[in-house]
Amino acid sequence: MALQCDIVVVGGGHAGCEAALAAARMGCRVILLTIDPTKIASMPCNPAVGGIGKGHLVKEIDALGGEMGVNTDKAGIQFRMLNRRKGPAVQALRVQCDKRLYGLAMQRTLMHQPRLTILAGTVDRILTHRGAVSGVQTDSGERIQAHCVVLTSGTFLKGLLHIGLTHVPGGRAGEPSAEHLSDCMKDFGFEVGRLKTGTPPRLDRDTIDFQAMEEQPGDDPPKPFSSRTRAISNPQIFCYLTHTNEHTHQIILDNLHRSPMYSGIIESIGPRYCPSIEDKVVRFADKARHHVFLEPEELDSRSFYPNGISTSLPVDVQEAMVHSIRGLERAKFLRPGYAIEYDFFPPHQLHETLETKLVAGLFHAGQINGTSGYEEAAAQGLIAGINAALKVKNDPPLIVDRSQAYIGVLIDDLITKDTREPYRMFTSRAEHRLLLRQDNAEARLIHIGYRLGLVSESTFTAFQRKQERIEQELARLHRTTLSPDRLSLEAFERFGIDPPQSHTTLAQLLRRPDLFYRPLLDCIGDHGIEDEELIHAIETRIKYEGYIRRQEQQVARFRKLEERRIPENFDYDSVKGFSSEVLEKLKKVRPSSIGQASRISGVTPAAISLLLVALDRFRRSADSPAA
Amino acid sequence: MSGGHLDDTICAIATPMGEGGIGIVRVSGPHAIPFAAQIVALRNRCDLHRAHNHRLYLGDLLVPKRQQQTSPNPSPERLDEVLVAVMRGPRSYTGEDVVEIHCHGGPLILQMACEALIQAGARLAEPGEFTKRAFLNGRLDLTQAEAVLDTIRAATTIGLRIAQDQLKGELGQRIARMREELIALLAHLEAGMDFVEEDVSFIEDREIDRTLERVLDELSRLLETADQGRIIREGLVTAIIGRPNVGKSSLLNALLQANRAIVSHIPGTTRDTLEECLNINGVLLRLVDTAGLRDAADCIEQEGIRRTNEAVHQADLLLIVLDGSHALHPQDLELLSLEPEKRRIIIINKSDLGLQISESEIFGHLRNQNFFSVPPQLVCLSAKTGMGLDMLRTSIQSLALGSSLEAPHSILVSRLRHKTALIEAKIGLEQARRALARGLSSECLALDIRTALTALGEITGEVSTEDILDKIFSEFCIGK
Ligand SMILES: Nc1nc2c(ncn2[C@@H]2O[C@H](COP(=O)(O)OP(=O)(O)OP(=O)(O)O)[C@@H](O)[C@H]2O)c(=O)[nH]1
Ligand SMILES: [Mg+2]
Repeated sequence: MALQCDIVVVGGGHAGCEAALAAARMGCRVILLTIDPTKIASMPCNPAVGGIGKGHLVKEIDALGGEMGVNTDKAGIQFRMLNRRKGPAVQALRVQCDKRLYGLAMQRTLMHQPRLTILAGTVDRILTHRGAVSGVQTDSGERIQAHCVVLTSGTFLKGLLHIGLTHVPGGRAGEPSAEHLSDCMKDFGFEVGRLKTGTPPRLDRDTIDFQAMEEQPGDDPPKPFSSRTRAISNPQIFCYLTHTNEHTHQIILDNLHRSPMYSGIIESIGPRYCPSIEDKVVRFADKARHHVFLEPEELDSRSFYPNGISTSLPVDVQEAMVHSIRGLERAKFLRPGYAIEYDFFPPHQLHETLETKLVAGLFHAGQINGTSGYEEAAAQGLIAGINAALKVKNDPPLIVDRSQAYIGVLIDDLITKDTREPYRMFTSRAEHRLLLRQDNAEARLIHIGYRLGLVSESTFTAFQRKQERIEQELARLHRTTLSPDRLSLEAFERFGIDPPQSHTTLAQLLRRPDLFYRPLLDCIGDHGIEDEELIHAIETRIKYEGYIRRQEQQVARFRKLEERRIPENFDYDSVKGFSSEVLEKLKKVRPSSIGQASRISGVTPAAISLLLVALDRFRRSADSPAA
Repeated sequence: MSGGHLDDTICAIATPMGEGGIGIVRVSGPHAIPFAAQIVALRNRCDLHRAHNHRLYLGDLLVPKRQQQTSPNPSPERLDEVLVAVMRGPRSYTGEDVVEIHCHGGPLILQMACEALIQAGARLAEPGEFTKRAFLNGRLDLTQAEAVLDTIRAATTIGLRIAQDQLKGELGQRIARMREELIALLAHLEAGMDFVEEDVSFIEDREIDRTLERVLDELSRLLETADQGRIIREGLVTAIIGRPNVGKSSLLNALLQANRAIVSHIPGTTRDTLEECLNINGVLLRLVDTAGLRDAADCIEQEGIRRTNEAVHQADLLLIVLDGSHALHPQDLELLSLEPEKRRIIIINKSDLGLQISESEIFGHLRNQNFFSVPPQLVCLSAKTGMGLDMLRTSIQSLALGSSLEAPHSILVSRLRHKTALIEAKIGLEQARRALARGLSSECLALDIRTALTALGEITGEVSTEDILDKIFSEFCIGK
């Protein structure tokens, strides 16, 4: 007899973990099917979570009740708040992780999750019944019945590893690829594309001369991702910085003909923002050196990750190149770098829920949607898992929009923009950036996680209490006036602050860019509040008030266009006047709203006006009784 | 941000400008009635607030005297006798409260009425905004929606052509240059925020400020030239051009009713440009007589022709004079299509000598090149006898404020749009400079610069994720 469950999650990467956990926590019976359960939540590329844009995603995952933030805190061995000197919207946390701890912690969470079963296996086919998902079939012929399937198979679809001019099929170094699923998807009518990504060699710690490099310490004390994390228990470590040099570059240039990229074997498109060292040397020929960060992969292993020299050159060239770098002269390779090519499904084939338009009940999340990065994958996994569960329960779907979260920006961009290279999040992708800060991620999203049952009562109450304290303190700062009397003048001088000219409120004083909460309150002998996180939130609200208000106005306008929905059965061919390019784009993406239609590249304002009028006509004729 | 909030009250001149007869100023929005009441006093002690719907009332258009604007209570000046109609929403064209003011006076009066309404708190309507509101308020039925569809289709082709012309022109190039500078600056700022970990080159505050200042200067210069009000205040720069001896100087003298320029039968009499001020039916003209255009005989004449070209370049309006007593010369044909974005009146002079050139011949040549922003007008006259001069005066008046009955109205509109967009860009960049001076972080700067970029993009037709509804009817005539 076939196995039965509500939802099958295919793949145990960062997307699969979030999807499986969310769906199980929402009450569904979930089977997580993965080739090798001991590799669940592994980090095949760099040993870090977060960074600018990506850190925002992790905060949002956490606010919605996802696992990545908490798990990173458990595995973190260096925490660094980036952009500390810039504004609040672009500050983001980046955490070096112990890869083994990360995987183990996540596996433990999955194992303890009620209603969630982990099975080893490779999926060969998605089973359907009348255009909707009915289950999956594994390579051993076993069938699992399910209402929904979340596909998160990462780089395993027809994965091809390249080292120099040799190439072997595989999903990650040392792991097999999934060969049949891709063809099954093509049979459903899915468009399939191909992308490329790469990774650097791994080096033996004991053969690296750290003395010759610059030390990169983390924050002290480290600040966790999740508000649910009580303390960070791992020992904290340093990373190290060194540079390539002209000799390194010469070695690469002399051997370009032996690179799969430059000899034409790899034809797929790699990311511009995360280029191989070959790419960097060719494209930025006038740059004399490039950064190389040395990051430990695990506390208890000798493996170091040299961030910045991802490569697919032959092993002998990789060695010569690495050995030309200061501090790495005698570095021993534990594993060479490689490039991987894999199939992905261009994401315009998805609804905003991440359900595919072609097969009801089939959801796609993670790298198969053409994204790069653990965080992007996890964010999609969470949304796909939530929506699969909502579908099983017959509840309305969850759609997060661009003005609410980076997750919304991510999904909307995936659907509307042509994916030419693996998609990575940047803060500049978010037009409402000043509102999408990591410090207010909970305020933006926690109520959703709470409503879905993913955020516990106690976490939610703790959040509400924090919010109350922030509001109270803000009100007090607006209320409290300060007069420039003698005593406080002296105090101001002592603290090196320009005294106020006349009666001003504390809030007005805090609007000054150079004046901060703690020094100001110390100076006037006011205790205020202690919690740094709250203080940060308060300062942000006061200092950026005008800008935040302007962004809120922009959001209101944005919403108006999002609210003009386009019916799913709308017939674009019936509208006269579209250029053939516009018509093709609209039919391909089938946008859900006028707002989304306007973001599709190539769709002109004139086309939008035609669409609006046609929609109005469509609506009126649908309202009037049929003749 | 460009306007377009439904809670604004908007106003515009609803009839083509530049013609005599009645002109209508339309106000629509929640404050249409109180705003209109500030600029119109009804006769017979009627109150606009209590006026019946859809009924015409006699009143006076009152506009505060300009000179007394600084005094707290400027005594209003009675400008014109007007008819006023109030149409309360939803029973109005837009579905909102609408007031229409029918004026008798010329374009200047209409313009001043609009300005007064703006002072009262209204906002100049964006192109097509009345129609947009009608549409949004459900005032257009199915057939009208079809008509709107057609109009958009037509308007976008016109709009496209205008946009392309302007893009080829100086305005387009200058805006493109500003955009490039801002995009480069923004790229720097964004890279500094999104890629702190990598070694992107650092940009200093001083350099940011210098770039902002440079672009702001350019914006101010553009705004000066884009300003329609300049024409009202400083006069319409009108160049009289033509081949030698066609009667340019004679025309100047005839219009001035004075022997200001030397006239002779020798071709090449006028050597230098000559400027005179003149009032034609309330429109201030700065009339420039120029040296006849031909292959120059000597270096003085060369210099004269260079000055003529400069005068052409600076002119708002071209009076292209042809000698009607001779057949068209190939050089005449060149002159006809000079600077196609400028308004022009083609003058067939010396009609008293019997015409060798027919109007249809000229229009034949013009039809081949229907790329003028404003359709050229044609007048036959005799500078010697004065016959046809009145026709010319009417023509000048009608073109003075940028349009004529036949002109696609959107041209003036597109200029107003440009001005609004330029102002918006300017405000954005000024804000950016303030943010920089205050030491606010890059995200704030970036937001301001993006606002400016979006505004500039609206002119060149590159559209970002902004308010698309605003753009929907943007190729429509204003006040329609
Ligand atoms: N019969 C007749 N003669 C005219 C008329 N207008 C100008 N003329 C004569 O044409 C000749 C040239 O006149 P101008 O006014 O000097 O011509 P212009 O175009 O300014 O000549 P340049 O300054 O040399 O470019 C003079 O002899 C005028 O008297 C007209 O309407 N009818
Ligand atoms: Mg002359």
